[in-house]
Amino acid sequence: MDRGKRNFLKIAGLTGVGAYVGLKGVQAIGNKGTKAKKKLALVIDTRKCKGDCPDCITACHREHNVAERHNPNFKGPGPKAAQGIKWIWVSTFAGAFHEQIHERTGKRKEPVVVLCNHCDDPPCTRVCPTGATWKRKEDGIVTIDMHRCIGCRFCMAACPYGSRSFNFSDPRRSLKAVKPGFPTRTTGVVEKCNFCVERLGEGLLPACVTACTKKAMHFGDLNDKNSPASKALMGVHSITRKPILGTGPEVYYVL
Amino acid sequence: MLEKALSGSKTYWAWIFALLVLIGIGAGFYLYQLNEGLVVTGLNRDVSWGLYIAQFTFLVGVAASAVMVVLPYYLHDYKAFGKLTLLGEFLAIPACIMCMLFIFVDMGRPDRIVYVFMHPSPNSVMFWDTLVLSGYLGLNAVIGWTMLNAERKDTAPPRWVKPLIYLSIPWAVSIHTVTAFLYQGLPGRGFWMTAIMAPRFLASAFAAGPSFLILMVLLVRKFTKFDPGNAALRKLGQIVTYAMFVSVFFFLMEVFTVYYSNIPEHKHHFWFLFVGGPLYLKGAMWLFVALAVIGLAIMVNPATRNNITTLAVGAGCIFTASWLEKGLGLVIGGFTPNPLGEYTTYTPTFPEIAIAVMVWCIGFLILTVLYKVATAVKEEKALS
Ligand code: SF4
Ligand code: SF4
Repeated sequence: MDRGKRNFLKIAGLTGVGAYVGLKGVQAIGNKGTKAKKKLALVIDTRKCKGDCPDCITACHREHNVAERHNPNFKGPGPKAAQGIKWIWVSTFAGAFHEQIHERTGKRKEPVVVLCNHCDDPPCTRVCPTGATWKRKEDGIVTIDMHRCIGCRFCMAACPYGSRSFNFSDPRRSLKAVKPGFPTRTTGVVEKCNFCVERLGEGLLPACVTACTKKAMHFGDLNDKNSPASKALMGVHSITRKPILGTGPEVYYVL
Repeated sequence: MLEKALSGSKTYWAWIFALLVLIGIGAGFYLYQLNEGLVVTGLNRDVSWGLYIAQFTFLVGVAASAVMVVLPYYLHDYKAFGKLTLLGEFLAIPACIMCMLFIFVDMGRPDRIVYVFMHPSPNSVMFWDTLVLSGYLGLNAVIGWTMLNAERKDTAPPRWVKPLIYLSIPWAVSIHTVTAFLYQGLPGRGFWMTAIMAPRFLASAFAAGPSFLILMVLLVRKFTKFDPGNAALRKLGQIVTYAMFVSVFFFLMEVFTVYYSNIPEHKHHFWFLFVGGPLYLKGAMWLFVALAVIGLAIMVNPATRNNITTLAVGAGCIFTASWLEKGLGLVIGGFTPNPLGEYTTYTPTFPEIAIAVMVWCIGFLILTVLYKVATAVKEEKALS
């Protein structure tokens, strides 16, 4: 074998090894923190929930001091509704599932409640430059440290579900009443649904699940066959939002 | 050497003063934003990045484009660019600084900026962007200053800058590639989910940056005795022509992919930008198309490209076209419609525009000072 050929093979070999190592590295980064012990999930039964009552939203937003709309009485720069905060809200069926509807979807066009999906492989945490948002190993909840967030809003661009809100102004100005026991946020940080991590710690269910008078929401650990969430998914047809993106949403919709 | 920026004509001082006034006004609005939050901007829950981040993206390209004069001169020994390289490197410095300032004014909690360094997160593209941008700023500052010093003292530049210059070439490509990765790696954003985002960025940067340099050279030539020569200008014109053709070609490839595949999630963004969006945005996008066509028509014809007056018009058209596309359309179009298919209109507010103007003026101030020093040194040399 002449020298040129040997060198070529060497370079080709090295490139192969390099590419493999690089690929593994990228995969390792992509898959960081996906193995959760518990797999907390929320199952929403759209046969019962028609998205026509505000109970879960009111309960959640009161529980977490969410500044939904900016106080119109406040004298200062005019905040728009589009700058408000939402943790859980109602979307049209087409908005939540636009790749899964067709002309005759019929009664399935009823609105649905949407919230952060606490994805298995969340793109929002992958992009955060400060590690201010991450997926908890113990239960899979995607959480934010409001004291570390720098407000760059990269996570908002990365979330393919529009689940995150930004505090464009001081949220305390817009709250009619502040519920003690849950911290209010400051201007300039991002927030979203936290699966009621503070209530779970006290052995309570998420506020939305408790508030739902139609008993349309079921919450629990999908790794536990007997949890309400697992049971609610048994033997029914359920879907998640944009499964094609590989994010692995943990909010399920029973049709 | 900096003292050379302290003596100048009346026009020079009037220009500096005008810049300072605009910076002052913008600084006032920035304090207002700092106090109230980003509520004073047109940004919202759906269009969460706007004018600031778009300017950042555009200016990374301007910074990277220095490579278009450095590469021919150092790698191909293209002599006509000898006098131009310094102006190219000195353009990269304020461009990098403006990029950083635009990120800074966009932050919700600028007081926490140190967290980016305290909690380095290699899985975030933003982390890499910070690294490559500061590295590129450092490289160009060191190279530019060393070369100018050597020229002033009439000595050969120290041997260690050569490797730095070579390093700055791939580095320039990296800054714009990493900036494209900020966008193209996001799932569910159809407008940005394209593998040619980085090449597209580079092509439009290599059209816009040298166009800007042409205009700067013409200004420098008007106000000082320093002249890099018509040959250099015409060569820059050629570079702009090729780069703009590639840029438009890439854009048309996007249009083909989106419309022939007929996937709604990808089509909606184009529809919004060119048909359905607010008037200012639609106007900007059609103006982009018109200016790109006019600019290319001027540049592709050797007669108009080689005539310095029409060359300047062409360069102006292409620079503006690239700015409209990247400094406005790219970010807003990518966020509208939002992931739920809803259309929220984003219109930059007056405070937001004033703050953006402030950052541009800071950039121009630094550029003016650097060019003043460089041309003063070069003039001195020409006299002696
Ligand atoms: S829904 Fe959005 S914010 Fe929630 S975990 Fe998934 S990507 Fe992150
Ligand atoms: S806004 Fe906050 S949580 Fe989101 S990416 Fe930036 S630092 Fe992280």
